[in-house]
Amino acid sequence: MVDSHGLAIAVHEWGDEAAPPILLAHGGFDFAGTFAVFAPMLADAGFRAISWDHRGHGDSQHAALYNWEADLRDAATVFDSISFAPMPVIGHSKGGSLMLQLADALPHRVSHLINLDGLPSRRSFPDVSDHQRTKLMADELTAWLDHRRSLADAQRKPGTIAELAERRSRMNPRLDMDWLRYLVTIGAREDADGWRWKIDPTLRLGGFGPWRPEWSMMRLPDIGVPVLAVLGTEVDPMGWGTAAADVLSHLPPDGRLVMLEGAGHFVHIEKPREVADMVLELLA
Amino acid sequence: MTALVRLRHNRVELALHELRRAAGRPLLLLHGLGERSPSAVPPHLAAWPGAVWALDLAGHGDSDVAIGAGYFCEALMGDVDIAIAHLGAVTLYGRGLGAYVGLLAAGGRAEAVRGAILADGPGLAGGGPSPASPAVSTAVGAAPPGGTPDPWAMYELTRDVRPPDYAATFARQASTRSGLDTALAVVGVNRPPWLEAVAQEPGVIEATLPDALALFAPP
Repeated sequence: MVDSHGLAIAVHEWGDEAAPPILLAHGGFDFAGTFAVFAPMLADAGFRAISWDHRGHGDSQHAALYNWEADLRDAATVFDSISFAPMPVIGHSKGGSLMLQLADALPHRVSHLINLDGLPSRRSFPDVSDHQRTKLMADELTAWLDHRRSLADAQRKPGTIAELAERRSRMNPRLDMDWLRYLVTIGAREDADGWRWKIDPTLRLGGFGPWRPEWSMMRLPDIGVPVLAVLGTEVDPMGWGTAAADVLSHLPPDGRLVMLEGAGHFVHIEKPREVADMVLELLA
Repeated sequence: MTALVRLRHNRVELALHELRRAAGRPLLLLHGLGERSPSAVPPHLAAWPGAVWALDLAGHGDSDVAIGAGYFCEALMGDVDIAIAHLGAVTLYGRGLGAYVGLLAAGGRAEAVRGAILADGPGLAGGGPSPASPAVSTAVGAAPPGGTPDPWAMYELTRDVRPPDYAATFARQASTRSGLDTALAVVGVNRPPWLEAVAQEPGVIEATLPDALALFAPP
């Protein structure tokens, strides 16, 4: 555990403590344990792979409020707990976007940037008419405020391991059930009335806010260290639907984009060996 | 002497102050960044004919600080909505940060906000209309005695991006869903880009404070 401004952040690691560190950032609604296959491959290749549960996720403390800047500060606190020398970072999805911004804000802390489907791009968001947008926004606002009114003492719904795995498969349809059942045993806790995901019950998917996908992509051309971006070619509900052309037009000089055939959003879970080899090649 | 009501928004306990007990729809005051609710009805708002309440937003006044911060204006809109759940329909008067949060609440809970008055005050511009160069700060100054205003709130809420078109969608929500001919009154001098855009929307007027108070006052 590290203390990030009063909040306890759970740090996990694989490999030899004396080995050179590499930092892994998970995606939204995931937790460090989702690197349980991928991270040991880096550890076996001679790295100390370190990840942390974002605030409100996994074994980290639940916060009163969540925002992007706070996630960045938590990440910087984890960096500080490891080393002040630049280190390679790998981020998946939200974690990829976070690490991209961190590499732009603190370039002296990052030696290599590896982004796994964490590059939201503008064209992947559907165009809707103003009238439709107003209506969608009204529904979304009302739902969100009603949700906020209902939060006191909110709890996640309990279930069996199989039920939680089944629920997760709706958002992760490409991942196999054995893996999802395994994830329940580390990402959920067993209460008297059943298993519950550890993630803060006040967090919810979707929502609204001033954020624009291009605010993330605009950081990519700034990066001065070796960059590897990996996108799966298959459509996936949790994915950004990022088009290769959007990444290519923003890649810094010497940056590399790999389109991974037959993989969806969770490239490091669906094809851990291939992704680990690409990472190791970049770091060699 | 003002009465204090404690309300809970998720893990933050909020302080809602009753400044004037009266019949009729309340005027709910939203302070600026780093401020707190006044202890009495300010003279410039004395003309309001009904009850007057004031809310301390998260991290301010007698409300809780969010441990580990993470402040964002949509959450503060949620603070206002918690107060609305307690008070019923209100007219909002927001200063600075409270003006922006008041706009969000007027759009988000349009049926319960019977007009919002947007006034000058600390924290009006926020972090501007588009992202600045990114920075990650892991330290701010010490909290004052009593803990508020939370220095992290002061830090984060001067950096949050307030795009003009985003703000305008809330003005549109307020004017189309409230059923009011005028849903928002801009009474301040300053016009950061978000407020300039809001002022151009149908259902938004630029007015003097006395005129705005008279316009939204219940019959």
